[in-house]
Amino acid sequence: MYKYRDFDHAFLAERNRQFRAQVARRIDGSLTEDEFKPLRLMNGLYLQLHAYMLRVAIPYGSLNSRQMRQLAMITERWDKGYGHFTTRQNIQFNWPKLPDVPDMLDALAEVGMHAIQTSGNTIRNVTSDHFAAAAADEVDDPRPVAELVRQWSTDHPEFQFLPRKFKVAVIGSANDRAVIRAHDIGLRLLEQGGTRGYEVVIGGGLGRTPMIGKVLHPFLPEAELLPYLEAILHVYNRWGRRDNKYKARIKITVHERGIEDIRAEVEEAYARTREEFDPTATAALLAEIRADFAPPALAPRDPAPFEAAKAADPVFRAWADTNLSAHRQDDHAIVTVSLKAHGATPGDATADQMRVLADLAEAFGQDELRISHQQNVILPHVAKADLPEVHARLQAAGLGTANVGLASDIIACPGMDYCALATARSIPVAQKIAERVEELRIEHEVGPLQIKISGCINACGHHHVGHIGILGLDRAGVETYQITLGGDATQTAAVGERTGPGFSYEEIVPAVERLMLAYLEEREGEDETFLQTVRRTGLAPFKAALYGTEDQRDAA
Amino acid sequence: MPRKFTPKVVTANALLEGDVVYLTAAGAWTRQHHEAELLADEEEAKARLAAAQARGHEIVGAYLADAVSGAGGPEPVHFREAFRTRGPSNYAHGKQERA
Repeated sequence: MYKYRDFDHAFLAERNRQFRAQVARRIDGSLTEDEFKPLRLMNGLYLQLHAYMLRVAIPYGSLNSRQMRQLAMITERWDKGYGHFTTRQNIQFNWPKLPDVPDMLDALAEVGMHAIQTSGNTIRNVTSDHFAAAAADEVDDPRPVAELVRQWSTDHPEFQFLPRKFKVAVIGSANDRAVIRAHDIGLRLLEQGGTRGYEVVIGGGLGRTPMIGKVLHPFLPEAELLPYLEAILHVYNRWGRRDNKYKARIKITVHERGIEDIRAEVEEAYARTREEFDPTATAALLAEIRADFAPPALAPRDPAPFEAAKAADPVFRAWADTNLSAHRQDDHAIVTVSLKAHGATPGDATADQMRVLADLAEAFGQDELRISHQQNVILPHVAKADLPEVHARLQAAGLGTANVGLASDIIACPGMDYCALATARSIPVAQKIAERVEELRIEHEVGPLQIKISGCINACGHHHVGHIGILGLDRAGVETYQITLGGDATQTAAVGERTGPGFSYEEIVPAVERLMLAYLEEREGEDETFLQTVRRTGLAPFKAALYGTEDQRDAA
Repeated sequence: MPRKFTPKVVTANALLEGDVVYLTAAGAWTRQHHEAELLADEEEAKARLAAAQARGHEIVGAYLADAVSGAGGPEPVHFREAFRTRGPSNYAHGKQERA
C-alpha cells in the first residue's frame, strides 16, 4: 500500500500543528464557535448529540496491522475502547474530548493517517472495492488511481469550497462492490486493446433525491484522467447550486442541465485543463504509486487442511460458505470478518478485536486489512490452509459470525443514538432485526438479503439501495420507519420503491419479518433470491404482507 | 389569538467534553435535565437563550427545547431531547453511564 513520503509526513505535521493551535485558541476564548467550526470540520471533528465525534479517513478502505493497532490504542487512551467503521470506509470515534483531539491526530499521523477532508464541502475520502487486488474478477488494482485522486484532491485550493461535498469511488472489476453509481464520480478501470482507461460515471447519489449515476465517458484513457476530473470539478464549481443546500450536489446539476450539456461543458473545460497537466509527470507519479501497491507474492499452499476442516466442522463450513470469496489465486481466499454479530452494533469493533484483526493480518494475511462500505473488515489474502486457524481465532474474539450477505449483515448509520442530524434511531432497529432473525433461524434459508437502515433522509445507511431499505423519520414527534423494496447497490444499481405508510419503532421488526416470510412464500425455488422475487412479482405480495390484503383491510 | 407558548429549557453542549448541558435558574450549567430552569414565558425564554449564546467560551449551540413540568423538575417532550438526557441506546455510555 501507499507509503508516506517525506512530503506527506511534513504536510500532516504542519496541519496538525496548526489545528493544535486552533483548538487552543478556541479553548482560551480567542476563537468563537462560528470561527472555529469550519476549522474543526476541515479536520474531521464534528459535534454530535452527546459528544464530539472524530471521523478518520481510511483511504480506499486499506489499512495495515500497525495502523489498526494504533486505532485500538487511540480508542483506549482517548475514547471508550471501540471504534465505529462507516459506510464510507472511515472510522469514527464517538467520545473524544476537544482538548485531546490534537493528541489523537498526532497519534494518527504516526501511522500515516488523518481526518482531513472527512467533512466539509470538499472531495472526501476516495472509496474503493474492499476486495481490490485480491478479487478473481478484477482487471487491475483500482487503489493506485484512488491514491492518485487522493493526492490530487487533498488540500487542492480550488476544491476547498465546492457547492457541496463530493465523493469519488474507484473500482477495477465489472462487479461493483463500491456502489460507484451512487457517487458524485464513479470510476471503473477497464482495459481495451491493451490500453488502460476508465468508464466515468457522474451524478449518482443517495440522500434526499436519490439518483443513479450516468456514464459521462465510456472509456477515458488513463493519461487523461486527472485533467478530465479537474474539468468535471470546474463545471460543477461553476454550475453547482450554491443557492440551495438541498440542490447543491452534482447529481442535481447533472439532472437539471442534462448529461449531454454537462458532457459538452466538461469537454470544453478539458481543452483547457489538459494544457495545465504534464502527462509525463502524472504517469511517473502513478508508476511510483503502483510500485507501492505491488501485489504480494503468495506462495502456493496445499488447501487440504481447509477441505478437511470443512468436512469435519459444520460451524467452520457455515462460515466458509458465507464469509469467503474467490481470490485470484485459487489456493487463497478473501475473508470477510463480520462486524455484525447478532444483536451487536453494525460496524463497531472493540480495541481487543482490532488487535486480533491486526494480528491475523500480520500472521496470515500479508499485513493487509480492508474496511468495506458494508461495515465489515476484510482479510484480502489468506491461504486456504490457514483458514481453520483464522476462523478459530476470530471465533474466540467474537468475530466468527457466519452471516455475510445475509439478513443480519445489516448496514446502519449511527442514527439518533449519536448523530445530530438524525430524525430517528437506526442502530437498535438493526440490532433487533438481527436478534429476531437469529431467533427464527431463518437467514440461511432466506439467503442473500441486504437490509440497509438510515436514521434520516441523508441516507448514510444507503437505504435507497437496500433490497429492504428502512428510513427512520420523525413524524409528529414519533419515530416512524418507511420501507423501500428492490434497491440494488451493485452494477445493476437501482433505487428501491416505497411500500406505503411507515411503521412505528415497535412495528418495524415484525414488518421486516413479514417481508422475509412473504418472500419464502412467493419465490420460485431456492435459487430465486429476495431481490429477484421482488423484481418478478413487483411490490403487491409484499405490500399485502405488510399491510394486509384489501379484504383484510376492509374487515379491520 | 396568539399560539400558546410551550415551556422551554435552554440546552447546549459543553465546549470541552461535548456533553449535553442545561441552564439552571441560577445561571449555571447542569448536566441534568431536571435541574434546568423551566421557562414558561416566551420573552424570558428568548432573553435567557440570548444570554446563554453569549457564553460561547463554555458551551456550543445553545437552543430552546420544549419541556414540561414533572415531579422531579422539568422533563423533555420530544424523543430526541429524551435521548439527550441519557445517551445512546446501544451502550450504557454518556449520562446514563454516570447515573
